[in-house]
Amino acid sequence: MSRALISDGGSADRRHPPVDADTSVDLAGIPLPSPIVTASGCAAAGRELDGFFDITSIGAIVTKSIMLKPRSGRATPRMSETPSGMLNSIGLQGPGIDSFLQNDLAWLNQRGARTIVSIAGESVDEYAKLAAKLRGAGGFEGIEVNISCPNVADRGQVFACRADSASQVIQAVRRSSDPRVPIFAKLSPDVTDIVEIAESVIRAGATGLSLINTLLGMVIDTTTMRPTLAGVTGGLSGPAIRPVAVRCVWQVRQAFPNIPIIGMGGVRSGRDALEFMLAGATAVSVGTAIFNDPSAPARVHAELAREVRALGFDRVEDVIGYAHRREEQPIPQPVDTLDDWDFITE
Amino acid sequence: MAQQIVSEVLDNRRVGDYHVLSLTAPGVAETALPGHFVTLAMGGEESSMVLRRAFAIHQVTSRGVYGGTLDVAVSVQGRGTKWLSERRRHDVVSVVGPLGQPFSLPKQGVSCVLVGGGYGSAPLFMLAQALRERGCRVDMVIGASTEDKLFGVLELKRLASSLTITTDDGSSGVRGRVTDVLDDVMNRAGADVVYACGPMPMLAEVARISTKKRVYSQCAVEEAMACGIGVCMTCVLPVIGDDGVTRMVRSCVDGPIFRGDRVRWRDINTVPADALGAPDHESGS
Repeated sequence: MSRALISDGGSADRRHPPVDADTSVDLAGIPLPSPIVTASGCAAAGRELDGFFDITSIGAIVTKSIMLKPRSGRATPRMSETPSGMLNSIGLQGPGIDSFLQNDLAWLNQRGARTIVSIAGESVDEYAKLAAKLRGAGGFEGIEVNISCPNVADRGQVFACRADSASQVIQAVRRSSDPRVPIFAKLSPDVTDIVEIAESVIRAGATGLSLINTLLGMVIDTTTMRPTLAGVTGGLSGPAIRPVAVRCVWQVRQAFPNIPIIGMGGVRSGRDALEFMLAGATAVSVGTAIFNDPSAPARVHAELAREVRALGFDRVEDVIGYAHRREEQPIPQPVDTLDDWDFITE
Repeated sequence: MAQQIVSEVLDNRRVGDYHVLSLTAPGVAETALPGHFVTLAMGGEESSMVLRRAFAIHQVTSRGVYGGTLDVAVSVQGRGTKWLSERRRHDVVSVVGPLGQPFSLPKQGVSCVLVGGGYGSAPLFMLAQALRERGCRVDMVIGASTEDKLFGVLELKRLASSLTITTDDGSSGVRGRVTDVLDDVMNRAGADVVYACGPMPMLAEVARISTKKRVYSQCAVEEAMACGIGVCMTCVLPVIGDDGVTRMVRSCVDGPIFRGDRVRWRDINTVPADALGAPDHESGS
């Protein structure tokens, strides 16, 4: 932890302290210029968002989970707004891995964006095949293994609900992947003990964890007196789930302080991202907020840099897990960013 | 290219059962074409309504004291649209647009029939103007459940060679639906192209009638959207591509304007078994 320059006093830095903290982080060996990344399923493969902000300016694009074959997804209605959130029941619609590599990943590389590819399969074998295809293609920084999509007909297909199935998938992906490529297991909060699932995937070779996927939810239309979503149930996201997500990051960080975590769930401001980092996340995904504000990842990045600096830290990396500190550990001096008087008096 | 801007409300006026909001929209209004839409954020920065609402662009002005401005028609249906209907002059609203694929316009001065259901007539104003500028004949049919739910009767009378009105209750014009009179209007006008905007069942019927008469039709569909910019995959519907393959396509970026004969109207809200990537067993997901 480095103390803020302003508390050292006297120097030129005191008069004009940098407004923003250094945002670079090391995510499981991936150097990122920012801890802010997109959340899988909320940014497609980056192309649509590039018109709203420079997608190379944030940490990375985490792509929508890709499967082996083209997939139509579920019937509509697929979405329902809920208090401070939404339910979705997309069902992993996508073009399949071959088209993804040829079109989407190629474009991301040409654009110069850092990419974490999210993969989803219906069986352990499918995950292994996806990892092998990615190994052949290259051109990405990491793999997020989506073992927790709630939009499947059979609850038994949610691999992240059980320690044994979760670890089988991660083991298969680890074996089929380049050993230098970090893999992140994306876990579901819909379990009795997320630490137990985290432990199983870490043992199976996960480099890091993505916490959390959506929560399984449901809305009934009181006019039609039927479920609103064609798929009956859907995944709940948005600010409504943030406290659940922060709790999951906190618990896992406490149990495994050295495992890098990508935290997510209802982040819409720099302060929200800061909360996840204090809980122990090295990177933070912005998801549902993109639907409201297409430039949200860039805005959250800028807000975070300012928030962290205002707390008296020089580097964003220094706040990771800071809420877990011992009682006696000193905290930095907050920086007054309202230093305009300097200019007026000179 | 779509822009994300903070707009100021210039005016909010009642038109029948609807509200028309005029918004400053520099950079959006200038590039908007007939059929484009915008999304508006509801309830301010800390709103519990996390999703934008989509509105067809009703009118634009590209020059004036405020730079470009645009109008949208709002029908109060829920909490978000109620909030929007309560905006007053100088309030601010976040706008993203112009979005979607616009109506395509004929190269020659052909005969066009425009069909609007409820406030679905709102985006037809710009379209009628553009068609008239190209020397097209424009005949219009608008309908609603009742007179108060008709949108823009007076202005449309000026824009169109003929305006036929229908209401379900007979409170204005012909008692019945727009699709009851469409065949006659098309015959009278010698229609080469039909454009339609309104509820999905109306569009399905307009497309059916047009296709049966071998007339090219374009429909502006109404699907619930979460993002409006092509990233969320919420607003999909089954559409047949140039290659004959049915895909679940996004109405926000691939539409909202589709050829009437390409949308699989009967299969809306389903995934047809022959669609690309359809589940080959009942696995849902």
